[in-house]
Amino acid sequence: MQTRPMRWLRRNVVVIAGVLALGYLILPNLVVLAFSFNKPKGRYNYTWNHFSTDAWQHPCGVADMCGSLTLSLRLAVYATIGATVLGTMTAFALARYRFRGRAATNMLIFLPMAMPEVVMGASLGTLFLNMRIRFGFWTILIAHIMFCLSFVVVAVKARIMSMDPRLEQAAQDLYATPAQTFLRITLPLAAPGIAAGALLSFALSFDDYIITSFNAGSTVTFPMFVWGSAQRGTPVQVNVIGTAMFVVAVLLVVAGQLVGGRRRGARS
Amino acid sequence: MSAATAQAAGPPPARQAPGTVPAALRRAAGRRRLTPYLLLLAGAAWLLVFFVAPMVYQASTSVQTGSLDKGFRVTWHVATYWDALREYWPHFLRSLLYSGIATAACLAIGYPLAYMIAFRAGRWRNVVLVLVIAPFFTSFLIRTLAWETILADQGPVVSFLNRVHILDATSWLHITQGDRVLATPLAVVCGLTYNFLPFMILPLYTSLERIDGRLHEASGDLYATPFTTFRKVTFPLSLPGVVAGTLLTFIPASGDYINAELLGSTNQKMIGNVIQSQFLRVLDYPTAAALSFILMAAILAIVTVYIRRAGTEELV
Repeated sequence: MQTRPMRWLRRNVVVIAGVLALGYLILPNLVVLAFSFNKPKGRYNYTWNHFSTDAWQHPCGVADMCGSLTLSLRLAVYATIGATVLGTMTAFALARYRFRGRAATNMLIFLPMAMPEVVMGASLGTLFLNMRIRFGFWTILIAHIMFCLSFVVVAVKARIMSMDPRLEQAAQDLYATPAQTFLRITLPLAAPGIAAGALLSFALSFDDYIITSFNAGSTVTFPMFVWGSAQRGTPVQVNVIGTAMFVVAVLLVVAGQLVGGRRRGARS
Repeated sequence: MSAATAQAAGPPPARQAPGTVPAALRRAAGRRRLTPYLLLLAGAAWLLVFFVAPMVYQASTSVQTGSLDKGFRVTWHVATYWDALREYWPHFLRSLLYSGIATAACLAIGYPLAYMIAFRAGRWRNVVLVLVIAPFFTSFLIRTLAWETILADQGPVVSFLNRVHILDATSWLHITQGDRVLATPLAVVCGLTYNFLPFMILPLYTSLERIDGRLHEASGDLYATPFTTFRKVTFPLSLPGVVAGTLLTFIPASGDYINAELLGSTNQKMIGNVIQSQFLRVLDYPTAAALSFILMAAILAIVTVYIRRAGTEELV
């Protein structure tokens, strides 16, 4: 005999496990949020002391933090642009043409995604070191474009593959030049894939610590600032930035969904 | 973004390029033969110069000897590999063990969540997906530091585990020590699991989402219990996602040193910690290079065996 709650439990066991897993994923973000309102007793922001909005009122009150933040944002923007342009071109070549060396190129794109970051970072660092290239902004940027590139290619390629080739044929039948076809049909159709790749690049570049640490020299990006401050106690402002990024990202995604939803609604 | 991330998993599928207009093809045949190479030029060159060349260079570095002020020279000193292995084999073993357990834990935790998003979330689907991806936007270092707060010695989690005597059991198993969770293997594996969980969930979700719901009904109509349906229908169909997810979790986790550094003690150092300190602190580049190559070889071997097993026995 099964009682009613037992039956309910059996039917929803997946949902319960899923919600618990979601809690596991979100919990650290909630802690970061809560401790952004903490006023720690010592230098370490690990135990709750009392409520304060100091850190939110003076987000740049810590030496060097906002400098590293702007550096990281600048790096992420450049890396996104570089990786998106190069990656989109590569994706078009791979998705639209059959040529000698296509399999090798696919392998070349796949490998960086299947390589531990320590290995990639250390190798590139060794190369720069031996070429006597000064570590700094440019070496970090080169590294970031390198590891973002593959992700853009995969995102854009998947999108191009799923596009209906007849739309472009129709455009050409209607006497559109190849350039017109590309700009008015192909590019807008591929745009969601390109946007996904760009967003991913931005997130990857902004958050990268491991590869950056091998190629930064004395330049300090935001993750490197957090890492450095972790040894001597992270300032509360770090939590403020973390929470703000989280909120901005969620708002952006929600806004994107709303816009996408309205457009889809308008079309149908 | 979810689909894109998930797609990043397996090797790119070799599909046929979509057809193009024959007339245009003929007209620009000569130019078209060059076009793919021109499109590829920049991207491929970037990867060749900044990814492949460093790898080759790293290979040569691993057989060099010398010192920082006198310079390093290739002497084919293969003994570096043996020395590195002899000294650091516990770190290798620990890395593979920790990342293996973390991958299994990710699968166990991530599968129900991916399943829930794909089949049970209804109109909450997009909200849950956003909640899975959103933590990415808070720097992973900050989130890993948050685990230090959660697992703090006097914190609610540790006190609770202590009170229900779970920590006694885990200490007996040597995965925690005394009444602490921080600075133990449990904390490091917990951090690894947490950090790489989205990489498991997204590919799982994409492969589960493609499954035709009618297959479940058909299986039920044929008197299969829900569990049998899962075992015989859902799980086999989601295997591509399982393979992609485990690889996307295992590979980065095995090279990670952030979790071991922030949540572990010196007894939990992984191979990533060793490579990092050899490179950035000890400045022993040949050893760092040799260790990188051993790690790469180990991962390649494991992944090849894994894909072959998953590919021949279960997928077909």
